[in-house]
Amino acid sequence: MNKRDFLKGMVLFFPAGGLLELVRDAAAKETTATPAEPKKANGTYRPDDHYYGMGIEIDKCIGCNRCVEACKAENDVPREPFFFRTWVERYVIRRDGEVTVENISVGARPPEPSVDREVVRTFFVPKLCNHCANPPCVQVCPVGATFSTKDGAVLVDKARCVGCRYCIQACPYGARYLHPTTRTADKCTFCYHRLVRGLMPACVEACPTQARVFGDLRSKASRLVRFTRMNKIHVLKPNLNTEPKVYYAQLDGEVR
Amino acid sequence: MIAETAHGLGELVEQVTGFIYPNEIEIHWSILIVVYPYVTGLVAGAFILASLVKVFNVKAVQPTYRLALLTALGFLLVAPLPLLLHLGRPERFYEILLTPNVTSAMAMFGFVYAWYLMGVLLLEIWFEYRRDLIVLGRQTRAPLSWLYRALSLFSHDTSPRALAFDHRATTAITIVGIPSAFLLHGYVGFIFGSVKANPWWGSVLMPIVFLMSAIVSGIALVILLYMVVTAVRREPIDMPCLDTITSYLFYAVIVDFALEALDFIHRLYQSEESVKILGKLITHKLFMSLFVMQILIGMFIPLGVLVLAKAHRFNDDLRKLLYFTAVILIQIGIFSTRWNVVIGGQLFSKSFRGLMSYKMEVMGIEGLATALAVLALPFVVLAVLIRLLPTKPVPETSA
Repeated sequence: MNKRDFLKGMVLFFPAGGLLELVRDAAAKETTATPAEPKKANGTYRPDDHYYGMGIEIDKCIGCNRCVEACKAENDVPREPFFFRTWVERYVIRRDGEVTVENISVGARPPEPSVDREVVRTFFVPKLCNHCANPPCVQVCPVGATFSTKDGAVLVDKARCVGCRYCIQACPYGARYLHPTTRTADKCTFCYHRLVRGLMPACVEACPTQARVFGDLRSKASRLVRFTRMNKIHVLKPNLNTEPKVYYAQLDGEVR
Repeated sequence: MIAETAHGLGELVEQVTGFIYPNEIEIHWSILIVVYPYVTGLVAGAFILASLVKVFNVKAVQPTYRLALLTALGFLLVAPLPLLLHLGRPERFYEILLTPNVTSAMAMFGFVYAWYLMGVLLLEIWFEYRRDLIVLGRQTRAPLSWLYRALSLFSHDTSPRALAFDHRATTAITIVGIPSAFLLHGYVGFIFGSVKANPWWGSVLMPIVFLMSAIVSGIALVILLYMVVTAVRREPIDMPCLDTITSYLFYAVIVDFALEALDFIHRLYQSEESVKILGKLITHKLFMSLFVMQILIGMFIPLGVLVLAKAHRFNDDLRKLLYFTAVILIQIGIFSTRWNVVIGGQLFSKSFRGLMSYKMEVMGIEGLATALAVLALPFVVLAVLIRLLPTKPVPETSA
């Protein structure tokens, strides 16, 4: 029995807990339906103590798309293949310099490339919001609906977003989309709702090869800090001075 | 909602060439965002033409002064409409006025717009029309006279001293108004020019190019309206006036073309990372709208027509016909310019590896029908304005 189940049992054990549930409205029900443990974590979570980032080890990614699936399930991302908080690209580079890039997370997976003598390098690149330290999307949002948190995430307040889509235009990484139901901008949150409860983002948890490394840049002992120390690191489009906090190891120069 | 959007996007997937980021399939700034800079451009251009009379004392264009002011007002009143209709959550538009994000170029919209509308245009029109409003208030019967009295803010002083003050006020406002008009449209250019993620937009020249093309389109529109209004009223056209304005138009088109050419050559010569995809963009996606519509039909042909009209001493009727042709072609050209900037900037992937397509809706809220309605609306507003506010001074005779 894990902690979650144990706490669920506790709630059921005390009839007072059940009574309380009856009088609460639907919104309150949602919060009580989840175990009490996160609540406690919420209370003690201090954004000032953290500064999150993600590391991606290209050579470990096997292109299984489980991160994409996990993300869509966790975050209610529309299943249609035009809305992604994270996706995986496949690169095939040939001897003559020809580069074929395909998105393997869209719809039916494109056929595997024939790997012959002409192919010099192939690899997968998971992409997501870079949670830039100098985010152009935050700069341009006319109403301040998109903002940087103290702990290093770039989030969208969907109750305030007017859906002007300037942020989508300003993002150099194509990480944002307009959610077709809410009609507001949507993007990766580093699974912020999980972070504040001491959990890893869904994509990191689902990755079978640990190609995604999540961690706290404030803590010297974090996996991410170790990752950035042990690998040669590159970020996407550094020339734009967005200061991304998604760090790639073994990133090929062809990747944009 | 999801199924509808997904169906539309599914069709677009087949038109993608090369690789694009998956979220890029949706073209977010639609035809309405093409209409917006076109309309504000007309405002700024018309105002600058009006200011020629007051500040630079060009007497020849006096017959178009009031028409130009009313045109600017008519279009300015409609300018926010395409933006509002385009928002994902239009009911929250007021957020941009209540909690503007100071680092956002777009958030300045409310301030720039409010300043231009109330600090410049309405004020100048009021001072220009104050005497006429008083006279009309006396000449007309209720309830129209009430309206005129209210519009004149119940002032009744038509003494020479008061009129001299009106005149000084309009001149002073125009002096402030010229930089304001520059601000209004230069700022729209800045919204695009400051997007560093997009190499088609991100250019320091963008505000200047927007401004010059605004002047071109605004002048051309006032000429068009002047010709139409005089034709409707069966009045003779003031040919020296028309010749003078079309000369200004000619020079404005030349400067506009020079700036656009400079931008083009600069990009080509600098040959940055994006040059290949932008090359594909203009040859595959924008050939018709850029080379044919914007440059050939919108610039070269009208320039040729204007040169022809100026070089030969044609009779008035033929000159009118040539001018009329030129200003219509110029409107098509400037609209194409806006299209090429707004839509063109969204037809290539920021991975610089692929091109997308834009499929314009016809009936949807962001479709062609709405765009045409938004474009037609300023003319309706203008027609009402012209009926209320005569474009020629009202003679002081008792009705």
